Amino acid sequence: MSAQYKLIHCTINGKKVEKMVDVRASLTDMLRNDYHLTSVKKGCEVGECGACNVLINGEAFNSCIYLAVWAEGKNIQTLESLLSPDGELSDIQQAFVEESAIQCGFCTPGFIMTAVEILNAGKFYSDEELRKLLSGHLCRCTGYENIFRAVKKAMYRRLGKEIDF
Amino acid sequence: MYDMKALYEASSVEEAIALRIEHPEAQIIAGGSDVLVQMREGKRAGKELISIYMIDDLRGVSLDEEENLRIGSLTSFSHITRDPLIQKYCNVLGEAVDQVGSPQIRNIGTIGGNTCNGVTSADSASTLHAYEAIVELTGKNGVRRLPIKDFYIKAGLVDIKPDEIQTAILIPKASYENTFGHYIKYGMRNAMEIATLGCSVNVRLSADKKKIERCRIAYGVAGPVPMRCPSAEAVANGAVPTKELAEQFARTVIDDINPRDSWRASKAFRQHIAVEMAKRAFTRAVELAGGEMA
Amino acid sequence: MSKVGRSEIRVDAFDKASGRTKYYEDRVPADALYVRIKHAEIAHGFVKSVDKSAAEAIPGVVKVLDCFDVPDLPFPTAGHPWSMDPGHQDIADRHLLNQHVRYWGDDVAVVIAENEVAAHQGVRALKVEYESLPFVLDVQKAMEDGAPQLHEAFPNNILKHTGMKKGDYSSAIKEPGLICIDKWYDTPTVQHCHIENHGCFAWQEDDRLVVVSSTQIPHIIRRVVGQALGRPWGDIEIVKPYIGGGFGNKQDALYEPLCAWCSTQVGGRCVRLDCSREETFVSNRVRHAIRFHIVSWLRKDGTIAARKVECFSNQGAYASHGHSIVAKAMGSFPQHYPCENMECDAYTVFTNRPAAGAMRGYGMPQASFADESNIEDCAKALGMDSYEFRKKNVMPKGFHDAFSGNTNYYDSFRECMTKGAAFIDYERKKKEYANDTGDIRRGIGMATFWYNTAVYPISLETSSNRMLLNLDGTVTFQCGETEIGQGADTAYAQMVAEAVGLKSYRDVHVKSCQDTDITPTGLGAYASRQTYVAGFSIRQTADLLREKILNYANEVTRQAVANMDIVDGNIIRKGDGSVLMSLSELAMTAQYNPVHSEHITAESTYTIRNNAYSFGCTFAEVEVDIPMCKVTLKNIVNVHDCGNLINPALAEAQVHGGMSMAIGYGLSEQLIFDEKTGKPLNGNLLDYKLSTFMDHPHLEAEFVENPEPTSPFGTKALGEPPACSGAPAIRNAILDATGVAIDRNPINPHVLYAEFSKAGLIHDDWKEAK
Repeated sequence: MSAQYKLIHCTINGKKVEKMVDVRASLTDMLRNDYHLTSVKKGCEVGECGACNVLINGEAFNSCIYLAVWAEGKNIQTLESLLSPDGELSDIQQAFVEESAIQCGFCTPGFIMTAVEILNAGKFYSDEELRKLLSGHLCRCTGYENIFRAVKKAMYRRLGKEIDF
Repeated sequence: MYDMKALYEASSVEEAIALRIEHPEAQIIAGGSDVLVQMREGKRAGKELISIYMIDDLRGVSLDEEENLRIGSLTSFSHITRDPLIQKYCNVLGEAVDQVGSPQIRNIGTIGGNTCNGVTSADSASTLHAYEAIVELTGKNGVRRLPIKDFYIKAGLVDIKPDEIQTAILIPKASYENTFGHYIKYGMRNAMEIATLGCSVNVRLSADKKKIERCRIAYGVAGPVPMRCPSAEAVANGAVPTKELAEQFARTVIDDINPRDSWRASKAFRQHIAVEMAKRAFTRAVELAGGEMA
Repeated sequence: MSKVGRSEIRVDAFDKASGRTKYYEDRVPADALYVRIKHAEIAHGFVKSVDKSAAEAIPGVVKVLDCFDVPDLPFPTAGHPWSMDPGHQDIADRHLLNQHVRYWGDDVAVVIAENEVAAHQGVRALKVEYESLPFVLDVQKAMEDGAPQLHEAFPNNILKHTGMKKGDYSSAIKEPGLICIDKWYDTPTVQHCHIENHGCFAWQEDDRLVVVSSTQIPHIIRRVVGQALGRPWGDIEIVKPYIGGGFGNKQDALYEPLCAWCSTQVGGRCVRLDCSREETFVSNRVRHAIRFHIVSWLRKDGTIAARKVECFSNQGAYASHGHSIVAKAMGSFPQHYPCENMECDAYTVFTNRPAAGAMRGYGMPQASFADESNIEDCAKALGMDSYEFRKKNVMPKGFHDAFSGNTNYYDSFRECMTKGAAFIDYERKKKEYANDTGDIRRGIGMATFWYNTAVYPISLETSSNRMLLNLDGTVTFQCGETEIGQGADTAYAQMVAEAVGLKSYRDVHVKSCQDTDITPTGLGAYASRQTYVAGFSIRQTADLLREKILNYANEVTRQAVANMDIVDGNIIRKGDGSVLMSLSELAMTAQYNPVHSEHITAESTYTIRNNAYSFGCTFAEVEVDIPMCKVTLKNIVNVHDCGNLINPALAEAQVHGGMSMAIGYGLSEQLIFDEKTGKPLNGNLLDYKLSTFMDHPHLEAEFVENPEPTSPFGTKALGEPPACSGAPAIRNAILDATGVAIDRNPINPHVLYAEFSKAGLIHDDWKEAK
């Protein structure tokens, strides 16, 4: 068996890149090993925990079960892209910080990227809808309570509404 | 890094067919949420894969010239749920696939993959059976269409010829017209769950909403492959919707289903909830159709 | 203004929110070799031979090692402090790889390869020949004569049996008119499920071994690696970066010894050993399944005449934390509901299940489930409201435990109960829900717990730390109690700022990444002791640092030391409050003084010889769909008295996490095994039912802040307590809703189906028609 590689062109965190990738690689492998985007975490490698979640063309995907070669032509976004050039946190990151939604931090990048997709929809979601939209991530530290508060708070802020927990 | 012998990528249906003929041992991979997991487990380790994921022509929902709903096989669950045609004509399918795994899985998982892996627990399968969906397969000699009940051969095995790939799933107009359905998934938790049992019921009521013209019910996990319940349907067809009818209809599913004992759930438990789910799904379907349970 | 008692932002929040935080896997060198473990596929037996040839032939495989290659140096794994008393040391029953397979998933060989795929292929290519033996999964069966024996030194598989007696149980139960409640309660095997799996990497440097590991206990790991490899402990350097949760699983030596040994077998090259999720479930540690037999003798006036408690703890295949867990569980009973006549026995028993170790709550979630279920059943038998029954019998104010030296200084139990009942509207709902009779019924239940903060006097309690005054007036802080996600570093920063007199907790730089070569020796993160024990040493070291600062300030300012203080980062004169100089000015002056240069630092160790009671309760409200055999948790509140809160927001967050774990324990989590083969069936995150975002209602955390007199900061246990009382509260709510007392957890639909069928609440009439 000889190694099989393919040249992939895609946009990662706003930057156009091309890379020879091993066709056996997952997108997690590619982002972590080739681009050192270590916010992409490995918690189960079968799409159950959500720690490796990234946005592909604006939608949330578990990168562990996404082949790297499928990145061809795609726009990929990881948590590393959210900081402003001068190092300011984005609104959703700020909400996670303010609401004590972070403990061990291992599920945090995946959660925040799903929250980005939710907020980018520009819609108002009920509590029940928000819980469902966030249900692709497991967390053992927070009981999801403050993560819920953080996402809800950020959603209200974006929509210019007053929040009442 | 997956233990994969080789990856062949198709960018069109024709290429996929050619690759299938060229590499008969290779496994087709659509979204990969099942195939890659099995490869990592070791079950499919060291195998060749044919990726059809990049064939964008197989994505999307449309109405064909006969107004049948046509769902491209690579359409993701989340896109099915959000699709206006699905919402208008077969909303229950959108609701059913909105209960697959998690939001991320619904973004990668495809209806083609969900049906082609032949598992009984697929959240789309019971509704597709209950709507008598047609599976479209494309091979070197053209297109073949077959009813979904014939597509499933046995657990884990479906009727795809060595030169074919599944290209669409059709829901005939006659099947969805004036028809309202409800799906209940029974799981041990409310997200990221494999169905313990899935039950999909749809009804078409008479114009005055007083009578059930047609009732169809199908289950996932009530047997080795998804299945309809002809005895129960016979009880409801032509009958007046009442609470007693719902009870009788539900009890009759026991004659049709054949769940098994496994560590995930006992046969007795599955039978018990099958009856309760039939009753609730039936009642809800009648309500959605504008009927009242007398 | 005080720096403690404030809801400050976590010190690590920015890095974690921006994805910069580095966990062990983010630090693995790109050229590290991969180690994969071959796990046994039998539950009990002996490895006869391992055929390595096919594996060795795979391109990329560097080395294959099996159970016949490892040194015969048995070692213990528990994350306990070393004991100088050999009788009190942990049982050394582990080898790096095992010829005697004691559970399905035991480690029998490793493949070391240049890449991940080759390592996997190598493991699959290994041919292991076994001699299979009968196995046993159940504690009672394992104790029978003739049962399969796991360890030669422990007849009938009993690792240890201890008991305690108070009064005269056998005479007391003869009192006329007593009501007897005699029941068994079963708790399941569950797993910690931290989202970051355990893993580590190791290499040799200057003839020493460096291991970077996802662990809670770097200094203890150093000792265990030394023991396992037969190397002087100083030869080992353990580095603990940020870790993605531990919950007790990483309070054990997991694969650090094996990983370090593998490095020595490939010439000291760097090797990485990453547990998969499946390995985390089966081949790390689990929570002990403990079975309880409780016999309570009640007087009609609602008092308890006598109680007997037997606890049978399923240790699994290896000793790990061993008897200490069930001993703690047993010890909770006489203090929770003190009565004059008690008999308690606890057994820890080996079985062919995964090894059980520490897990958040350390025996108390189990004890709490049994005790609080039994208390509920007692109240019901007496026709009393269980809230009133608890108020009457639970540990009173002033209660003193001679062994631990703990005193219940306040009436914390009753204060917590009152607060919880008010939040959930207990009385009104209790009455209202009593009228529910249909398919869907509502219920409300409660449970209480107490918890020991630290491990004194059972084990050593020590805490060390170091403070360095930086030139900008900030303080760098290092201590041996570890940040594992719980927020310890932030609490330390607040306590240091308070104790030294800094302007802000942000002026404290906590070195979260620990290195046993550099970090003062500490015992790591376990029990619920970090804030409590570090509080003693922080206060002590801060006093030393302040003394040095003020002595130097005396040289510079000519003010008497006694007349000066450090407030908000400035040295002030007490009399008029005037600022004499900033800490930065002092530090610069001291460092760069050509005549008397001083880098002002302080370091100390404090031996803690106190412990502290922590208290609390849960109130839960459920809706039970009887025909569907489903419970929906509608409302839940935990109330804790953990003393003064150092950081209320983080305390609340801690409570949420514990409540979530308790909800899973009550309703869904359980690792199950095939009775025929002993194979674990659901060791993955799909089949093991960890609660998801959609399985929780709002989690309410409330506090009663009764300052702990023994603590310099008035604080006591909070880390583990939130996991203790949730499951029985839910169980009692289901009882309230349906009248069905379920004596095992998790109370999942399978259990409800069986129990509701038995109780006649569900009735499959089609069965009779057949």
